[in-house]
Amino acid sequence: MFRFKRDTAGDLVAFTLLLIGALCMIGPFVWMMSTSLKPLAEQYDMRMIPQTVTVENYPRLFEIIPFHLLLWNSAKIAAISTFGQLLTCSMAGFIFAVVRFPFRNVIFVILLITLMVPGQITAIPQFIIFKFLGLYGTQAPLYAPAFLGGAFGTFLMRQYFLTLPIELAEAARIDGASLARIFFTIYLPLAKPALAAFAIFAFMFSWNDLFNALIYLPSNMEKTTLTVGLALFQTQYSGQWPLMMAASLISVAPIIIVFFLAQRHFIAGISMSGLK
Amino acid sequence: MGALRPMGIERWWVLVFLTPTLIGLLLGTFGSIFATLGISFMDWDLLTPPTAAGISNYQGLPDDRLFMRSLWNTLAFAGLYVPLTVIISLFVALGLNRTIPGVSFFRVAFFLPTVSSPTAVGLLWTWIYAQDNGVLNEMITAMGGDPVRWLSRSVALYSVVIVNVWGAIGGGMIIFLAGLQAIPKDYYEVAEMDGAKSWQRLWFITLPALAPSMFFQCVLVTINAFQAFDYIYILTRTGNGNSTMPTLVFSIYRNGFRFFRMGDAAAQAVVLTCMIMVLTLIYFRLQKKWGAQA
Repeated sequence: MFRFKRDTAGDLVAFTLLLIGALCMIGPFVWMMSTSLKPLAEQYDMRMIPQTVTVENYPRLFEIIPFHLLLWNSAKIAAISTFGQLLTCSMAGFIFAVVRFPFRNVIFVILLITLMVPGQITAIPQFIIFKFLGLYGTQAPLYAPAFLGGAFGTFLMRQYFLTLPIELAEAARIDGASLARIFFTIYLPLAKPALAAFAIFAFMFSWNDLFNALIYLPSNMEKTTLTVGLALFQTQYSGQWPLMMAASLISVAPIIIVFFLAQRHFIAGISMSGLK
Repeated sequence: MGALRPMGIERWWVLVFLTPTLIGLLLGTFGSIFATLGISFMDWDLLTPPTAAGISNYQGLPDDRLFMRSLWNTLAFAGLYVPLTVIISLFVALGLNRTIPGVSFFRVAFFLPTVSSPTAVGLLWTWIYAQDNGVLNEMITAMGGDPVRWLSRSVALYSVVIVNVWGAIGGGMIIFLAGLQAIPKDYYEVAEMDGAKSWQRLWFITLPALAPSMFFQCVLVTINAFQAFDYIYILTRTGNGNSTMPTLVFSIYRNGFRFFRMGDAAAQAVVLTCMIMVLTLIYFRLQKKWGAQA
């Protein structure tokens, strides 16, 4: 067998540089955690390992602000959005992959082009529509658009459905199954890996969204999401870093945990969206 | 491609399945683009009926100090953020494509900022950058230097670029890694047999083969650069609701959704979209030129 000559010096340089880079990536998170475990009086003690370790900041967070409501609002909006995206994008992805109909490719390409349209240009008319519908200040504008499909998810699901043999659909059709039945009983159950990858993304986008929550929801802690809550917290409790870091850590933790558990899906999702 | 031809009632199912997407396309995207264009020629505060304003919203832009600062900041931000993100993530991917220990650890580490909420991580960075007792300034003063006002008007651009690049390397790395893994191994074997040195393999095989990833990544990062908002909002917002480094999206947010000056906000959104479109077209032209040479 042919084998590469190992470029040992190059590997060593690459490893060292990557290690420095990785520390720059992780360092801030370690600092976030370490600060959240310090008592307020010792917040300016710059040691990485706190002199006094305390978890008091976490229960305090829930006492001074309705933090549980922020978590609940964000989770609820993200869950509904994710459901809407999974349903409508997989439906469209299925049709684009399995059915032939007039203008199919044209519509699909137009859909992909919309990936380049910046959100700000749709935000203004959308805002006006929701305002005139009387939904300004409610959570509906944050999840309703998720039920109108989207280029990213449709593309992802279509790519996955294309990998399934078309004979699956053809055979079921001969047996008299409707398209809806083929989709719900055959294609959707087979698409679990792609659905999982996409669900993580959809949930993350919604959970991390600041802009829409900022423009639609009232700036009070009972009604808004975690992201806006953190921004409000930033002004109301400025200078109380251990509390703020505890709040930050709780908001990044769910996504990071899911990311660790489903790393493979996550990265597959990104590379699928990337090329081919 | 073997695909089903719908017959009879199946045509209705096709329509039903596509309806959400079609509504999203027609009303959500294309309707919105035309609506925004229309609104940009009006004055509208959402309380009184809109009035025709001609091109005055556009004519007013050069005199709008927030807009002009935002425009400059956005261009400067993109000018630093795009090349830095693309180059650093390319190098990270090239490093991770080698046979070195701990590849999966590195991948997770670089990806961590990408999945974390920019709002939450932004709070952390406000502390790192804080003027009094901030982490960076503590380090600097401990080494005998003078504290820096990291988030002040003159420095904020660089501080914000650093955080945004930090948060974007992971995504870029994954796209380049996918591109690298798609390069056939025998290219390298042949090159090695012909005695190509490692820099020659990089220059003549790896980089040309990565051109599609590079193109895709440049388009993506540029679009993101012009839409950057979260970190900027958290890091540079001042007490009176302004920013020490306003960008176009910040200006649109403030005009449209804080002051309800829909006409002005729409005009600025149109300018923003045109800039993104022009840059994307330039990338497409460049890619064609490159593709023709290869």
